[in-house]
Amino acid sequence: MDAPIRILLTKPTHDCHDRGVRYLMRVLRDAGFEVVFTNFLVSDDVLSAALQEDVDVIGISSSAGGHMPVFEELMDGLREREMTDVLVIGGGIIADSDAVRLREMGVGEIFGPGGSPADIEAFIRQHVRRQPGVAVR
Amino acid sequence: MARLITLLESGHPDAQREGAELFPHTGRALVIGITGPPGAGKSTLVDQLIAEYRRRDLSVGVLAVDPSSPFTRGALLGDRVRLRSFVDDDHVFVRSMANRGHMGGMSLATPAAIRVLDAMGMDRVIVETVGVGQSEVEIMNAVDCTVVVEVPGMGDSIQTMKAGVMEIADQFVVNKADRDGASRIAQEIRRLLRERGVGRRDNLVVSTVASTGVGVDELVTAIETFLAAQRASGELERRRVRQLHTELERHVSQKAQHRVMAGLHSKVTEDILNALQHRTRDPESIAAALIDESLNVDANSPVGARRAGR
Ligand SMILES: Nc1nc2c(ncn2[C@@H]2O[C@H](COP(=O)(O)OP(=O)(O)OP(=O)(O)O)[C@@H](O)[C@H]2O)c(=O)[nH]1
Ligand SMILES: [Mg+2]
Repeated sequence: MDAPIRILLTKPTHDCHDRGVRYLMRVLRDAGFEVVFTNFLVSDDVLSAALQEDVDVIGISSSAGGHMPVFEELMDGLREREMTDVLVIGGGIIADSDAVRLREMGVGEIFGPGGSPADIEAFIRQHVRRQPGVAVR
Repeated sequence: MARLITLLESGHPDAQREGAELFPHTGRALVIGITGPPGAGKSTLVDQLIAEYRRRDLSVGVLAVDPSSPFTRGALLGDRVRLRSFVDDDHVFVRSMANRGHMGGMSLATPAAIRVLDAMGMDRVIVETVGVGQSEVEIMNAVDCTVVVEVPGMGDSIQTMKAGVMEIADQFVVNKADRDGASRIAQEIRRLLRERGVGRRDNLVVSTVASTGVGVDELVTAIETFLAAQRASGELERRRVRQLHTELERHVSQKAQHRVMAGLHSKVTEDILNALQHRTRDPESIAAALIDESLNVDANSPVGARRAGR
Protein backbone atom coordinates (compact mmCIF):
# COMPACT_ATOMS: atom_id res chain seq x y z
CA MET A 1 0.00 0.00 0.00
CA ASP A 2 1.24 3.48 -0.82
CA ALA A 3 2.53 5.42 2.15
CA PRO A 4 0.95 8.86 2.56
CA ILE A 5 3.01 11.89 1.57
CA ARG A 6 4.43 13.54 4.70
CA ILE A 7 4.67 17.31 4.87
CA LEU A 8 6.07 19.62 7.53
CA LEU A 9 4.12 22.87 7.66
CA THR A 10 5.50 25.68 9.70
CA LYS A 11 4.70 29.29 10.40
CA PRO A 12 6.42 31.85 12.59
CA THR A 13 5.36 31.87 16.23
CA HIS A 14 4.40 35.51 16.44
CA ASP A 15 2.48 35.46 13.25
CA CYS A 16 -1.22 35.60 13.95
CA HIS A 17 -2.31 35.31 10.33
CA ASP A 18 -2.52 31.58 10.56
CA ARG A 19 -6.08 30.98 9.37
CA GLY A 20 -4.77 30.23 5.90
CA VAL A 21 -2.26 27.72 7.22
CA ARG A 22 -4.86 26.02 9.37
CA TYR A 23 -7.18 25.75 6.41
CA LEU A 24 -4.40 24.39 4.23
CA MET A 25 -3.50 21.82 6.89
CA ARG A 26 -7.00 20.44 6.86
CA VAL A 27 -7.21 20.42 3.10
CA LEU A 28 -3.97 18.46 2.87
CA ARG A 29 -5.11 16.07 5.59
CA ASP A 30 -8.33 15.50 3.66
CA ALA A 31 -6.25 14.93 0.55
CA GLY A 32 -4.55 12.03 2.35
CA PHE A 33 -1.33 13.74 3.47
CA GLU A 34 0.24 13.32 6.87
CA VAL A 35 0.71 16.90 8.01
CA VAL A 36 3.22 17.58 10.77
CA PHE A 37 2.91 21.14 11.94
CA THR A 38 5.06 23.36 14.10
CA ASN A 39 5.36 27.03 14.76
CA PHE A 40 9.10 27.46 14.31
CA LEU A 41 10.63 29.85 11.94
CA VAL A 42 14.25 29.26 12.67
CA SER A 43 15.88 27.29 9.92
CA ASP A 44 17.72 24.96 12.32
CA ASP A 45 14.46 24.01 14.00
CA VAL A 46 12.77 23.41 10.68
CA LEU A 47 15.72 21.35 9.46
CA SER A 48 15.94 19.13 12.49
CA ALA A 49 12.18 18.60 12.55
CA ALA A 50 12.22 17.73 8.83
CA LEU A 51 15.04 15.29 9.41
CA GLN A 52 13.46 13.53 12.38
CA GLU A 53 10.03 13.47 10.81
CA ASP A 54 11.46 12.28 7.49
CA VAL A 55 9.06 14.45 5.51
CA ASP A 56 8.81 14.62 1.73
CA VAL A 57 7.84 18.28 1.71
CA ILE A 58 8.55 21.37 3.81
CA GLY A 59 6.05 24.20 3.60
CA ILE A 60 6.90 27.54 5.15
CA SER A 61 4.28 30.18 5.64
CA SER A 62 5.33 33.74 6.23
CA SER A 63 3.31 36.88 6.41
CA ALA A 64 5.46 38.96 8.70
CA GLY A 65 8.57 39.30 6.57
CA GLY A 66 12.08 38.21 7.50
CA HIS A 67 11.71 34.99 5.58
CA MET A 68 14.55 35.39 3.09
CA PRO A 69 17.39 34.40 5.45
CA VAL A 70 15.27 31.55 6.75
CA PHE A 71 14.75 30.10 3.29
CA GLU A 72 18.39 30.70 2.43
CA GLU A 73 19.66 28.87 5.50
CA LEU A 74 17.10 26.13 5.03
CA MET A 75 18.18 25.46 1.43
CA ASP A 76 21.84 25.49 2.48
CA GLY A 77 21.10 23.18 5.37
CA LEU A 78 19.23 20.73 3.18
CA ARG A 79 22.16 20.62 0.76
CA GLU A 80 24.63 20.11 3.60
CA ARG A 81 22.62 17.20 4.94
CA GLU A 82 22.10 15.75 1.48
CA MET A 83 18.36 16.20 1.85
CA THR A 84 17.97 17.77 -1.56
CA ASP A 85 15.17 15.36 -2.39
CA VAL A 86 12.93 17.25 0.03
CA LEU A 87 10.57 19.60 -1.81
CA VAL A 88 10.37 23.10 -0.30
CA ILE A 89 7.44 25.40 -0.89
CA GLY A 90 6.50 28.78 0.53
CA GLY A 91 3.30 30.67 1.08
CA GLY A 92 1.71 33.67 2.70
CA ILE A 93 2.74 37.23 1.99
CA ILE A 94 5.94 37.08 0.00
CA ALA A 95 6.84 39.81 -2.49
CA ASP A 96 7.12 38.84 -6.16
CA SER A 97 10.76 39.88 -6.25
CA ASP A 98 11.46 37.62 -3.27
CA ALA A 99 9.55 34.80 -4.94
CA VAL A 100 11.75 35.05 -8.01
CA ARG A 101 14.89 34.82 -5.90
CA LEU A 102 13.47 31.95 -3.86
CA ARG A 103 12.75 29.93 -6.98
CA GLU A 104 16.32 30.55 -8.13
CA MET A 105 17.47 29.18 -4.79
CA GLY A 106 15.64 25.95 -5.46
CA VAL A 107 12.38 26.58 -3.64
CA GLY A 108 9.73 24.66 -5.59
CA GLU A 109 6.99 27.26 -5.65
CA ILE A 110 5.62 30.25 -3.77
CA PHE A 111 1.88 30.46 -3.24
CA GLY A 112 0.30 33.82 -2.52
CA PRO A 113 -2.49 34.47 -0.05
CA GLY A 114 -5.00 33.85 -2.84
CA GLY A 115 -3.44 30.53 -3.81
CA SER A 116 -5.93 27.71 -3.78
CA PRO A 117 -5.18 24.71 -1.56
CA ALA A 118 -6.20 22.46 -4.43
CA ASP A 119 -3.40 23.97 -6.55
CA ILE A 120 -0.95 23.46 -3.70
CA GLU A 121 -1.99 19.85 -3.36
CA ALA A 122 -1.67 19.26 -7.09
CA PHE A 123 1.73 20.93 -7.16
CA ILE A 124 3.01 18.76 -4.34
CA ARG A 125 1.78 15.55 -5.93
CA GLN A 126 3.51 16.47 -9.16
CA HIS A 127 6.77 17.56 -7.64
CA VAL A 128 7.37 15.28 -4.69
CA ARG A 129 10.67 13.75 -5.59
CA ARG A 130 11.70 11.37 -2.90
CA GLN A 131 13.07 8.26 -4.51
CA PRO A 132 10.65 5.36 -4.65
CA GLY A 133 11.52 2.12 -2.86
CA VAL A 134 12.66 3.81 0.31
CA ALA A 135 9.44 5.49 1.15
CA VAL A 136 7.14 3.51 -1.08
CA ARG A 137 4.52 5.41 -2.94
CA MET B 1 17.22 6.14 11.35
CA ALA B 2 14.43 8.57 10.55
CA ARG B 3 14.17 6.91 7.17
CA LEU B 4 14.07 3.51 8.81
CA ILE B 5 10.94 4.47 10.76
CA THR B 6 9.35 5.52 7.46
CA LEU B 7 10.21 2.14 6.00
CA LEU B 8 8.82 0.23 8.99
CA GLU B 9 5.64 2.30 8.87
CA SER B 10 5.11 1.67 5.19
CA GLY B 11 4.99 -2.10 5.51
CA HIS B 12 7.58 -2.33 2.71
CA PRO B 13 8.89 -5.88 2.13
CA ASP B 14 12.35 -4.81 3.40
CA ALA B 15 10.87 -3.78 6.73
CA GLN B 16 10.98 -7.29 8.18
CA ARG B 17 14.68 -7.70 7.38
CA GLU B 18 15.54 -4.28 8.78
CA GLY B 19 13.54 -5.01 11.92
CA ALA B 20 15.37 -8.31 12.32
CA GLU B 21 18.78 -6.63 12.04
CA LEU B 22 17.80 -4.07 14.61
CA PHE B 23 16.37 -6.42 17.20
CA PRO B 24 19.60 -7.67 18.81
CA HIS B 25 20.59 -4.05 19.44
CA THR B 26 17.47 -3.25 21.41
CA GLY B 27 16.24 -3.71 24.95
CA ARG B 28 18.42 -1.12 26.61
CA ALA B 29 16.05 1.85 26.59
CA LEU B 30 13.36 2.15 29.22
CA VAL B 31 10.03 2.86 27.56
CA ILE B 32 7.35 5.10 29.04
CA GLY B 33 3.82 5.39 27.66
CA ILE B 34 1.72 8.50 28.22
CA THR B 35 -2.01 8.10 27.79
CA GLY B 36 -5.05 10.13 28.76
CA PRO B 37 -8.02 11.96 27.28
CA PRO B 38 -7.65 14.44 24.40
CA GLY B 39 -6.39 17.80 25.58
CA ALA B 40 -5.25 16.52 28.97
CA GLY B 41 -1.85 18.09 28.37
CA LYS B 42 0.03 14.97 27.27
CA SER B 43 2.23 16.75 24.71
CA THR B 44 2.91 19.64 27.09
CA LEU B 45 3.89 17.08 29.69
CA VAL B 46 6.13 15.24 27.23
CA ASP B 47 7.93 18.51 26.56
CA GLN B 48 8.55 18.89 30.30
CA LEU B 49 9.63 15.27 30.64
CA ILE B 50 12.20 15.74 27.87
CA ALA B 51 13.58 18.78 29.65
CA GLU B 52 13.71 17.01 33.01
CA TYR B 53 15.40 13.93 31.58
CA ARG B 54 17.93 16.15 29.83
CA ARG B 55 18.65 17.81 33.18
CA ARG B 56 19.36 14.32 34.45
CA ASP B 57 21.68 13.85 31.48
CA LEU B 58 19.61 11.11 29.86
CA SER B 59 18.77 11.06 26.16
CA VAL B 60 15.12 10.90 25.12
CA GLY B 61 13.31 9.61 22.05
CA VAL B 62 9.65 10.52 21.60
CA LEU B 63 6.95 8.97 19.46
CA ALA B 64 3.78 11.06 19.31
CA VAL B 65 0.85 9.19 17.81
CA ASP B 66 -2.20 10.92 16.35
CA PRO B 67 -5.17 9.44 14.51
CA SER B 68 -5.35 9.10 10.74
CA SER B 69 -8.60 9.93 9.01
CA PRO B 70 -10.27 6.60 8.28
CA PHE B 71 -11.54 7.98 4.99
CA THR B 72 -8.55 9.69 3.45
CA ARG B 73 -5.70 8.21 5.51
CA GLY B 74 -4.49 11.76 5.99
CA ALA B 75 -3.55 13.02 9.45
CA LEU B 76 -2.81 16.19 11.39
CA LEU B 77 0.22 15.58 13.55
CA GLY B 78 0.30 18.54 15.90
CA ASP B 79 2.05 17.34 19.02
CA ARG B 80 5.29 19.07 18.03
CA VAL B 81 3.60 22.43 18.51
CA ARG B 82 3.87 21.92 22.27
CA LEU B 83 7.58 21.21 22.14
CA ARG B 84 10.20 23.83 22.74
CA SER B 85 13.26 23.75 20.58
CA PHE B 86 15.72 21.00 21.35
CA VAL B 87 17.57 21.52 18.08
CA ASP B 88 21.06 21.79 19.33
CA ASP B 89 20.60 18.60 21.21
CA ASP B 90 21.48 15.29 19.57
CA HIS B 91 20.10 13.55 22.60
CA VAL B 92 16.50 14.35 21.75
CA PHE B 93 14.65 12.76 18.82
CA VAL B 94 10.95 13.37 18.23
CA ARG B 95 8.86 11.60 15.66
CA SER B 96 5.15 12.10 14.94
CA MET B 97 3.27 9.04 13.78
CA ALA B 98 -0.21 8.66 12.36
CA ASN B 99 -1.98 5.55 13.61
CA ARG B 100 -2.80 4.67 9.97
CA GLY B 101 -6.19 3.27 10.81
CA HIS B 102 -5.04 1.06 13.64
CA MET B 103 -7.40 1.36 16.58
CA GLY B 104 -5.93 1.44 20.04
CA GLY B 105 -3.77 4.45 20.55
CA MET B 106 -0.70 3.41 18.59
CA SER B 107 0.05 2.46 15.03
CA LEU B 108 1.01 -1.09 14.12
CA ALA B 109 4.56 0.12 13.57
CA THR B 110 4.89 1.80 16.96
CA PRO B 111 6.64 -1.15 18.68
CA ALA B 112 9.11 -1.32 15.80
CA ALA B 113 9.65 2.45 15.92
CA ILE B 114 10.31 2.23 19.66
CA ARG B 115 13.08 -0.24 18.82
CA VAL B 116 14.60 2.16 16.30
CA LEU B 117 14.90 4.86 18.98
CA ASP B 118 16.17 2.25 21.43
CA ALA B 119 18.85 1.10 18.98
CA MET B 120 19.80 4.74 18.37
CA GLY B 121 20.93 4.74 21.98
CA MET B 122 18.13 6.72 23.55
CA ASP B 123 18.08 6.12 27.31
CA ARG B 124 14.34 6.68 27.55
CA VAL B 125 11.66 6.38 24.89
CA ILE B 126 8.37 8.18 25.53
CA VAL B 127 5.25 7.24 23.58
CA GLU B 128 2.32 9.67 23.55
CA THR B 129 -0.80 7.77 22.52
CA VAL B 130 -3.96 8.86 20.80
CA GLY B 131 -6.24 9.79 23.66
CA VAL B 132 -9.27 7.77 22.60
CA GLY B 133 -10.52 4.20 22.53
CA GLN B 134 -8.76 1.44 24.38
CA SER B 135 -5.37 3.09 24.07
CA GLU B 136 -4.30 2.34 27.63
CA VAL B 137 -4.67 -1.39 27.25
CA GLU B 138 -2.61 -1.49 24.12
CA ILE B 139 0.10 0.88 25.26
CA MET B 140 0.61 -1.25 28.32
CA ASN B 141 1.66 -4.03 25.95
CA ALA B 142 4.40 -1.92 24.45
CA VAL B 143 6.01 -0.02 27.32
CA ASP B 144 7.77 -0.58 30.64
CA CYS B 145 5.75 2.06 32.48
CA THR B 146 2.24 3.20 31.65
CA VAL B 147 1.50 6.76 32.77
CA VAL B 148 -2.16 7.72 32.85
CA VAL B 149 -2.92 11.46 32.75
CA GLU B 150 -6.17 12.68 34.25
CA VAL B 151 -7.42 16.25 34.51
CA PRO B 152 -10.07 18.07 36.51
CA GLY B 153 -13.19 19.22 34.76
CA MET B 154 -13.74 16.14 32.64
CA GLY B 155 -16.90 15.20 34.52
CA ASP B 156 -17.63 15.32 38.17
CA SER B 157 -15.65 12.45 39.52
CA ILE B 158 -13.19 9.82 38.68
CA GLN B 159 -16.13 7.54 37.91
CA THR B 160 -15.71 8.88 34.40
CA MET B 161 -12.33 7.24 34.18
CA LYS B 162 -12.41 4.53 31.60
CA ALA B 163 -12.89 0.96 32.75
CA GLY B 164 -9.66 -0.92 33.15
CA VAL B 165 -7.48 2.12 33.65
CA MET B 166 -7.03 1.51 37.37
CA GLU B 167 -5.67 -1.93 36.63
CA ILE B 168 -3.12 -1.03 34.00
CA ALA B 169 -1.71 2.29 35.16
CA ASP B 170 1.78 2.11 36.66
CA GLN B 171 1.74 5.82 37.38
CA PHE B 172 -1.01 8.40 37.64
CA VAL B 173 -0.67 12.08 36.85
CA VAL B 174 -3.28 14.67 37.71
CA ASN B 175 -2.35 17.43 35.29
CA LYS B 176 -3.72 20.97 35.23
CA ALA B 177 -3.31 21.01 38.99
CA ASP B 178 -3.72 24.79 38.73
CA ARG B 179 -7.40 24.18 38.10
CA ASP B 180 -10.26 23.64 40.52
CA GLY B 181 -10.96 20.07 41.47
CA ALA B 182 -7.46 18.74 40.85
CA SER B 183 -6.74 17.77 44.43
CA ARG B 184 -10.12 16.09 44.74
CA ILE B 185 -9.37 13.95 41.70
CA ALA B 186 -5.99 13.00 43.12
CA GLN B 187 -7.58 12.04 46.42
CA GLU B 188 -10.20 9.99 44.71
CA ILE B 189 -7.66 8.06 42.66
CA ARG B 190 -5.70 7.34 45.85
CA ARG B 191 -8.84 6.15 47.58
CA LEU B 192 -9.75 3.83 44.71
CA LEU B 193 -6.23 2.44 44.65
CA ARG B 194 -6.37 1.76 48.39
CA GLU B 195 -9.71 0.00 47.99
CA ARG B 196 -8.12 -2.31 45.51
CA GLY B 197 -5.20 -2.95 47.72
CA VAL B 198 -2.69 -1.52 45.27
CA GLY B 199 -0.87 1.74 45.44
CA ARG B 200 1.48 1.28 48.33
CA ARG B 201 3.98 3.57 46.64
CA ASP B 202 3.24 7.03 47.99
CA ASN B 203 4.11 8.88 44.77
CA LEU B 204 1.88 6.68 42.63
CA VAL B 205 -0.31 9.73 42.05
CA VAL B 206 1.55 12.94 41.18
CA SER B 207 -0.01 16.33 40.47
CA THR B 208 1.52 18.50 37.77
CA VAL B 209 1.07 21.77 35.96
CA ALA B 210 2.59 20.81 32.64
CA SER B 211 2.33 24.33 31.27
CA THR B 212 4.73 25.63 33.94
CA GLY B 213 6.62 22.49 34.93
CA VAL B 214 5.39 22.23 38.50
CA GLY B 215 5.53 18.64 39.73
CA VAL B 216 7.50 17.32 36.76
CA ASP B 217 10.63 16.62 38.78
CA GLU B 218 8.53 14.60 41.22
CA LEU B 219 6.86 12.78 38.34
CA VAL B 220 10.16 11.74 36.78
CA THR B 221 11.41 10.58 40.18
CA ALA B 222 8.23 8.52 40.60
CA ILE B 223 8.60 6.95 37.14
CA GLU B 224 12.25 6.18 37.75
CA THR B 225 11.50 4.68 41.17
CA PHE B 226 8.92 2.43 39.58
CA LEU B 227 11.26 1.37 36.77
CA ALA B 228 14.12 0.66 39.17
CA ALA B 229 11.85 -1.48 41.35
CA GLN B 230 10.55 -3.34 38.29
CA ARG B 231 14.08 -4.08 37.21
CA ALA B 232 15.21 -5.16 40.66
CA SER B 233 12.28 -7.55 41.07
CA GLY B 234 12.74 -9.05 37.62
CA GLU B 235 9.26 -7.92 36.64
CA LEU B 236 10.64 -5.62 33.95
CA GLU B 237 12.09 -8.58 32.07
CA ARG B 238 9.08 -10.81 32.67
CA ARG B 239 6.76 -8.11 31.36
CA ARG B 240 8.90 -7.64 28.27
CA VAL B 241 8.83 -11.36 27.52
CA ARG B 242 5.04 -11.34 27.87
CA GLN B 243 4.88 -8.37 25.49
CA LEU B 244 7.10 -10.06 22.95
CA HIS B 245 5.03 -13.21 23.22
CA THR B 246 1.90 -11.18 22.45
CA GLU B 247 3.66 -9.54 19.53
CA LEU B 248 4.74 -12.94 18.23
CA GLU B 249 1.16 -14.17 18.30
CA ARG B 250 0.00 -11.09 16.49
CA HIS B 251 2.56 -11.67 13.74
CA VAL B 252 1.62 -15.34 13.45
CA SER B 253 -2.03 -14.52 13.04
CA GLN B 254 -1.32 -11.74 10.55
CA LYS B 255 1.06 -13.79 8.45
CA ALA B 256 -1.14 -16.88 8.56
CA GLN B 257 -4.11 -14.83 7.49
CA HIS B 258 -2.09 -13.23 4.74
CA ARG B 259 -0.93 -16.54 3.34
CA VAL B 260 -4.30 -18.22 3.44
CA MET B 261 -6.02 -15.18 1.95
CA ALA B 262 -3.49 -14.97 -0.87
CA GLY B 263 -4.77 -18.11 -2.58
CA LEU B 264 -8.35 -17.75 -1.54
CA HIS B 265 -9.66 -15.48 -4.24
CA SER B 266 -9.15 -17.93 -7.07
CA LYS B 267 -10.73 -20.73 -5.05
CA VAL B 268 -14.06 -19.00 -4.62
CA THR B 269 -15.60 -20.42 -7.77
CA GLU B 270 -18.88 -19.85 -9.50
CA ASP B 271 -20.06 -23.17 -8.00
CA ILE B 272 -19.40 -21.92 -4.51
CA LEU B 273 -21.24 -18.67 -5.14
CA ASN B 274 -24.15 -20.69 -6.55
CA ALA B 275 -24.20 -22.91 -3.51
CA LEU B 276 -24.34 -19.82 -1.32
CA GLN B 277 -27.08 -18.28 -3.39
CA HIS B 278 -29.23 -21.42 -3.21
CA ARG B 279 -28.38 -21.86 0.43
CA THR B 280 -27.14 -25.40 -0.09
CA ARG B 281 -23.89 -24.59 1.76
CA ASP B 282 -23.21 -21.96 4.39
CA PRO B 283 -20.30 -19.49 4.42
CA GLU B 284 -18.63 -20.84 7.53
CA SER B 285 -18.49 -24.46 6.32
CA ILE B 286 -17.15 -23.34 2.97
CA ALA B 287 -14.49 -21.28 4.73
CA ALA B 288 -13.43 -24.27 6.82
CA ALA B 289 -13.21 -26.46 3.72
CA LEU B 290 -11.22 -23.86 1.79
CA ILE B 291 -8.74 -23.42 4.60
CA ASP B 292 -8.31 -27.19 4.99
CA GLU B 293 -7.77 -27.42 1.27
CA SER B 294 -5.23 -24.63 1.15
CA LEU B 295 -3.27 -26.10 4.06
CA ASN B 296 -3.27 -29.54 2.38
CA VAL B 297 -2.09 -28.07 -0.87
CA ASP B 298 0.70 -26.44 1.10
CA ALA B 299 1.72 -29.85 2.47
CA ASN B 300 2.56 -30.92 -1.09
CA SER B 301 4.43 -27.75 -1.93
CA PRO B 302 8.21 -27.84 -1.32
CA VAL B 303 7.96 -25.74 1.84
CA GLY B 304 5.00 -27.66 3.20
CA ALA B 305 6.55 -31.04 2.38
CA ARG B 306 9.76 -30.13 4.14
CA ARG B 307 7.83 -29.13 7.23
CA ALA B 308 5.67 -32.26 7.08
CA GLY B 309 8.75 -34.42 6.66
CA ARG B 310 10.27 -33.37 9.97
N1 LIG C 1 -4.13 25.32 32.85
C1 LIG C 1 -3.33 24.38 32.36
N2 LIG C 1 -3.33 24.16 31.03
C2 LIG C 1 -2.52 23.17 30.54
C3 LIG C 1 -1.69 22.40 31.40
N3 LIG C 1 -1.03 21.51 30.64
C4 LIG C 1 -1.42 21.71 29.38
N4 LIG C 1 -2.31 22.72 29.31
C5 LIG C 1 -2.97 23.23 28.10
O1 LIG C 1 -3.89 22.27 27.63
C6 LIG C 1 -4.00 22.31 26.21
C7 LIG C 1 -3.81 20.95 25.60
O2 LIG C 1 -2.47 20.53 25.82
P1 LIG C 1 -1.78 19.39 24.96
O3 LIG C 1 -0.45 19.16 25.58
O4 LIG C 1 -1.83 19.67 23.53
O5 LIG C 1 -2.74 18.18 25.30
P2 LIG C 1 -2.70 16.69 24.66
O6 LIG C 1 -3.21 15.78 25.74
O7 LIG C 1 -1.38 16.41 24.12
O8 LIG C 1 -3.76 16.81 23.52
P3 LIG C 1 -4.01 15.78 22.31
O9 LIG C 1 -2.66 15.29 21.84
O10 LIG C 1 -4.72 16.61 21.31
O11 LIG C 1 -4.86 14.68 22.88
C8 LIG C 1 -2.96 23.34 25.76
O12 LIG C 1 -3.60 24.54 25.52
C9 LIG C 1 -2.02 23.44 26.94
O13 LIG C 1 -1.40 24.68 27.02
C10 LIG C 1 -1.73 22.69 32.82
O14 LIG C 1 -1.06 22.05 33.63
N5 LIG C 1 -2.56 23.67 33.22
MG1 LIG D 1 -0.81 15.76 22.17
